[in-house]
Amino acid sequence: MTKTRTLVDKIWDAHLVAGQPPAPPLLYVDLHLVHEVTSPQAFDGLRARGLSVRRPDCTLATADHSVPTDGRPESMIEAAAARQVSQLVSNCAAFGIPCYGPGHSRQGIVHVIGPDLGLTQPGMMIVCGDSHTATHGAFGALAFGIGTSEVEMVLACQCLLQRRPRTCRIRVDGVLPAGVGAKDAILAIIGKIGVDGGAGYALEYCGSTISALSMDQRMTICNMSIEAGARAGLIAPDDTTFQFLHGRPFAPRGRAWDAAVAGWRRLPGDPGAAFDREIAIEADRLEPMITFGTNPGMAIPISSPVPDPSWITDPVARASLEKALVYMAIDIGRPLVGRAIDVVFLGSCTNGRLSDLREAASLLQGRRIHPRVRMLVVPGSREVKAQAEAEGLDRVFREAGAEWRHAGCSMCIAMNGDELRPGESCVSTSNRNFEGRQGPGSRTFLASPLTAAAAAITGEITDVRRLA
Amino acid sequence: MTPFTRIDSRAVVLAVDNIDTDQIIPARFLKTVSPVGLGDHLFHDWRYDAEGQPKPGFVLNQPGAREASILVAGHNFGCGSSREHAPWALAEFGFRAIVSTSFADIFRQNALKNGLVPVIVPGEIHAELIGHLAQDPSAILTVDLVSQTLALPGGQSVSFPIDAFSRECLLNGVDDTGYVLAHGAEIAKFERQRPSRIDTRNS
Repeated sequence: MTKTRTLVDKIWDAHLVAGQPPAPPLLYVDLHLVHEVTSPQAFDGLRARGLSVRRPDCTLATADHSVPTDGRPESMIEAAAARQVSQLVSNCAAFGIPCYGPGHSRQGIVHVIGPDLGLTQPGMMIVCGDSHTATHGAFGALAFGIGTSEVEMVLACQCLLQRRPRTCRIRVDGVLPAGVGAKDAILAIIGKIGVDGGAGYALEYCGSTISALSMDQRMTICNMSIEAGARAGLIAPDDTTFQFLHGRPFAPRGRAWDAAVAGWRRLPGDPGAAFDREIAIEADRLEPMITFGTNPGMAIPISSPVPDPSWITDPVARASLEKALVYMAIDIGRPLVGRAIDVVFLGSCTNGRLSDLREAASLLQGRRIHPRVRMLVVPGSREVKAQAEAEGLDRVFREAGAEWRHAGCSMCIAMNGDELRPGESCVSTSNRNFEGRQGPGSRTFLASPLTAAAAAITGEITDVRRLA
Repeated sequence: MTPFTRIDSRAVVLAVDNIDTDQIIPARFLKTVSPVGLGDHLFHDWRYDAEGQPKPGFVLNQPGAREASILVAGHNFGCGSSREHAPWALAEFGFRAIVSTSFADIFRQNALKNGLVPVIVPGEIHAELIGHLAQDPSAILTVDLVSQTLALPGGQSVSFPIDAFSRECLLNGVDDTGYVLAHGAEIAKFERQRPSRIDTRNS
């Protein structure tokens, strides 16, 4: 009898090129996504070694992290960022890699365009010099972030030395209550297992709640696997996955499509396949979630009080929480509802997709944002922007008083000039609330698109369920 | 890469859990096309005030920090982004080993590729070490990669885990690209047996 295998086992086994201990297994990469920030040193490394790119046909680049989103021409980006973007374009030209640079109709956040173009497919091994590569796991791909040395190795060899991760199954069952979405579910998971709870693991999300999610929502879940410390997060492919992919530019067509789907149907884990760890979440009990501190594990249901550090016995852990609460200027023991905010950011590889924009727009329709609040709406890609405009979402945001921006990472990482002023508070649909993440001295409260829209309207942290 | 066999050094203590790579090197310093020059910005926003002046209370600004090759940090060091700029900055500042109870997966991988040794110790040893260094900040620690041990100031020695392949690369000061390039025939065989379904050049 053959051994029962998980989804990760099946993908792993199918990509194993070599592996003589003590060397780690050598795995083949199907798709390598490249952006301007983590690639220049890798291309220089190739030149220094006299190497070429082994599979430019399995590699795709775009500019996302430092591109301006306010319509400035490229020449007006900060000189260092402009040089990085122009080096990406010239490196890709020199090594034969297709590049959706500034001005290209397919430019956008790397983790938005890969899936939207149908490049991200079930069963693939996908890497990118970006920790949110886990996003692509929503299609049943094994996808993870790598460093620049590894970017260079994949460019040169299309392979990567990797230790096999342990597997953790996160089962989410039940119906998400009104006002509660995928972002709330993943924040609840990270809050439960902690910011390092997934370290060493690949997370596989399953259960009736996950099955009922759209691909956009599944991507939100997988995207934040890294915020629990897991390099990869996956969801087994199903009809929702196949329907999403069908007809996309890089998806197989005709008989090749049928053959591909037949293969993809064999990917889900075998019944009885063992996981190293199991976690269960009840969707019915979830509330809108919000972070209060300086890592994504510091997340609470919106009606709960902020935890009191004096309950913590470990001195380093207690001091770390105290440091976070001081940085965020938080009142211990009180809920966050009512806390005044300055900025709302809707966008990022976590929540910059069309359905995220629709969700926020549904609440903002016919309303105005609070006069104190500045709201940036940044579509995940130029195509998402075009689709949103075709639906009139841009008008909803503009009429509400929000800024409708061009595509990019924007205020998620604050490399392009979109940033908070020191001390400002932002309800953000992005993925990280680290100190200074949205600019030096910035205070970030991570939440869903609905909770972000609610905060924009009231000017304070708000329970969206009370905003009929 | 400089071979790593053994270092004897004083240590800098940053007793904060979950230090993320945005603290190690803030994103605005990633607009560079070189790995060089990042050491000046290591822990920038903890190290300098808004005017760019060193904050005297921060440990890297205190006497002796420049001589330290070992950083002792809280649990889950290096969480967050995949930026290799984090180990580049740490190494350029002068660190060659980091002692913690645990490291984030991508950071650990990136550190190993840059001659920076992640030394994982049990929680009680870690707490004891932090306590000892609070008493005697100039105490000398030894990281010995040959014996895979960390020698504590009190004379006690603890072994730490590191995979044999990474250890070999560090001891010899070589990266792993050569090893992978030597597998060209196997890679080509794999490609013949399993042709790619996509071509990013056509759509």
